[in-house]
Amino acid sequence: MTTTPVIETRGLVKTFGAFRALDALDLTVGAGEVHGFLGPNGAGKSTTIRILLGLLRKDTGRVTLLGGDPWRQAAELHRRLAYVPGEVNLWPNLTGGETIDLLGRLRGGLDPARREELIGRFELDPTKRGRSYSKGNRQKVALVAALASDVELLLLDEPTSGLDPLMEEVFQEYVERFRANGGSVLLSSHILAEVERLCDRVSIIRAGRVVESGTLADLRHLTRTSVEAELAGPPDGLAELAGVHDLHVTGNQARFQVESNAIDAALGALHRAGVRTLVSQPPTLEELFLRHYGDTVRADEGES
Amino acid sequence: MTGWWVLLRGHLRRDRWMVLLWVLGGTVLYWSQAVSLEGLYEDQAALDRSAATMASNAALIAMAGPARALDTIGGNTFWQISAFAVILVGLMSMFLVGRHTRAEEESGRDELLRSTAVNRHAPLLAGLSVALIANLVLGVLVALSLTSVPLAAADSWGAGLGLTGAGWFFSGVALVAAQLTRSTRAMYGIVGAAIGVAYVLRAIGDVGAPALSWLSPIGWYQAMHPWSGLRWWPLLLLVTGGAALVCGAVALFHRRDIGSGLWAATAGPAAASVGLTRGLPIALGLAWRLQRGAVIGWTIGLLLMGFSYGTLGDSVGDVIGDRGLDLFGVDPNDVIDGFYAVAIVMLALTASGFGVSSAIRPHGEEASGRVEDLLATGLTRQGWLLGHTLVTIAGSVLVVAVAGFGLGLGYATTTGDWGAVLRLGVPALAYVAPVLLLSSIARLLYGLRQDLVQIAWVPLALAVVVLILAEPLQLPAWIRGLSPFEHMALAPAEEFRLTPVLVLLATAGASSGLGHVAFRERDIG
Repeated sequence: MTTTPVIETRGLVKTFGAFRALDALDLTVGAGEVHGFLGPNGAGKSTTIRILLGLLRKDTGRVTLLGGDPWRQAAELHRRLAYVPGEVNLWPNLTGGETIDLLGRLRGGLDPARREELIGRFELDPTKRGRSYSKGNRQKVALVAALASDVELLLLDEPTSGLDPLMEEVFQEYVERFRANGGSVLLSSHILAEVERLCDRVSIIRAGRVVESGTLADLRHLTRTSVEAELAGPPDGLAELAGVHDLHVTGNQARFQVESNAIDAALGALHRAGVRTLVSQPPTLEELFLRHYGDTVRADEGES
Repeated sequence: MTGWWVLLRGHLRRDRWMVLLWVLGGTVLYWSQAVSLEGLYEDQAALDRSAATMASNAALIAMAGPARALDTIGGNTFWQISAFAVILVGLMSMFLVGRHTRAEEESGRDELLRSTAVNRHAPLLAGLSVALIANLVLGVLVALSLTSVPLAAADSWGAGLGLTGAGWFFSGVALVAAQLTRSTRAMYGIVGAAIGVAYVLRAIGDVGAPALSWLSPIGWYQAMHPWSGLRWWPLLLLVTGGAALVCGAVALFHRRDIGSGLWAATAGPAAASVGLTRGLPIALGLAWRLQRGAVIGWTIGLLLMGFSYGTLGDSVGDVIGDRGLDLFGVDPNDVIDGFYAVAIVMLALTASGFGVSSAIRPHGEEASGRVEDLLATGLTRQGWLLGHTLVTIAGSVLVVAVAGFGLGLGYATTTGDWGAVLRLGVPALAYVAPVLLLSSIARLLYGLRQDLVQIAWVPLALAVVVLILAEPLQLPAWIRGLSPFEHMALAPAEEFRLTPVLVLLATAGASSGLGHVAFRERDIG
């Protein structure tokens, strides 16, 4: 990466009393990249974002946002970013339109044409008062305000948790357009299809630490491919191969999982037995994440 | 009725302290008045003299009710307290009903409850039942406390149970209002307006058009005439009226959807006005927009309160009795000036209610999470808080000023002495200082930690206690000194002193500044 990252944390620690919410968190988001921020509930995603916004004060560690200090230069940096929280609270007596203008004006200006366009695309009624919006519509108000602002960075904390699939599509389209114009995004999300489509890189956070970071291809590489084959004869030597797991052989049928670095050797073994049919599946995103999320559960059980 | 009993038990458990405070407050209101009247007048002749002046003062009758049997302790107590007691039970019923019906619905908790095995009407009637029970307990306690004074038992029960009936009537009003609007605040507005109309109808009715008093539930309660020929049948009006309102509320409930009111929400502007985002600095514009309803409400309220005190004119000397002024530690030679000096303190204490609640307002914004959306923009923490601080300061000056000039205006209307507008209004302005000090304490607490902020009510409560109880309880000087109001010169009865005003203002500035500094350093949310 040649340019300086838009977000960089090193050894970031934040405690709430005895609870260590962030435990030496290292996170890097490069300029012009859409970065997925994943992890189970309570892993520290929102705490990280709130430190990046200067709402919480870090205990120790280093954090830079757009080249500045998010605590000391909060307001100055905020003119260059837009934030959408997962739980949007609106002022009960301000209309959606007023709220959009208020937030946009506070960020340093809205693109009026894009504001109109977004309101139309998201099918939002801007004349309703804050108290009468549903969860999804409150979310749209915050999204329109963020996407219509002229900023360099979007901090999105589960921004689509209340949106229907059509609106989700609109959201993804505008994030892609934002990136195409050179913007950077930190996207915390549980919607894996959204992450898969939008994100260049992802970081998986668990118990306040980043446990995995890289492109989706990198992450896939770390996990196992499942293989099902019908063979001419019994698969000799497969069981002895390092990197082959969960092998089930029934007659001439073999079913197993294989680590990325052992695929070649495993295929060699199959080939020697003579391959009639072969089905191989890369790990799904779900499998990828469940592996990490599941580890947390086991780790927690081990601690208690 | 499936679920009603379970819900009611839960409500009573949640509300036990709140109901206790309301009920004790109402009881003490009656009881302390009766006891203090016993001590206030040296003999029957003094009470007779006072009764005669009071009965001939139209302003007092408009404030309290028709003058009947004022030369008896019971009759006088009932006259002075009954109208205000109904306002109290009206507000209690409003809060209890609103809290368990409309507020639950607005928060979405009601939906969760309704998904369980409860009857459609159970949440509605459980909320109503809490109010009915609280009013019954209050009525019985009032009756028992008055009997213990001792006052005639039958009349005491009339005053107590009549109050219960009035409370039941307003519980019905609250239940109807809860069906009409979607927001709890609007519901409170409707019930508050209904209580206000009831009060004004009987005020006008008692002064000159008796028919109007018969349109008011407060008038029905007072028509029971305790200690002056007690009659029970007006209680029937209150109870049947309340029952009819409850039936009406149930009928309305059937015509609406859960979560919405019968009145549709109105649309507003699709874009922000210039005032919200451009004309004023933006943080100030937003703070004003969020607090403007409260500022306007308190301004009108204090104007009316000041005006009503003022309309007592020069008759105050006769009204408060021979020893009444000793209670406030005022030289009896300046009876009238002394009364108005104390009235200004009472108005300023009430204005402090605005000051503290307005200074606490940022806490509500933070607790709801909305402030995070704002601080994630180019708005600084200091700028955001300063917007609210400026609204609090300007609002405090405004409410204190209208209270003082309202007082002078009321006095001038009764006496024709228009110089009083300035003579009473200008000294009142000095009380901006203690009001600002109390609100700055709220800001300091908020700056330090948002969960400390409710402690800000303690200094105000202390100031009220000092004003009312300092003389009767002979409180030591250091306790009195804790109330900023004690340091002020009691103008116009005493010579105005500038030093305490400056000291209080400087303290307020320091405390407010510290609050701002502390707020810059702490975690949000």
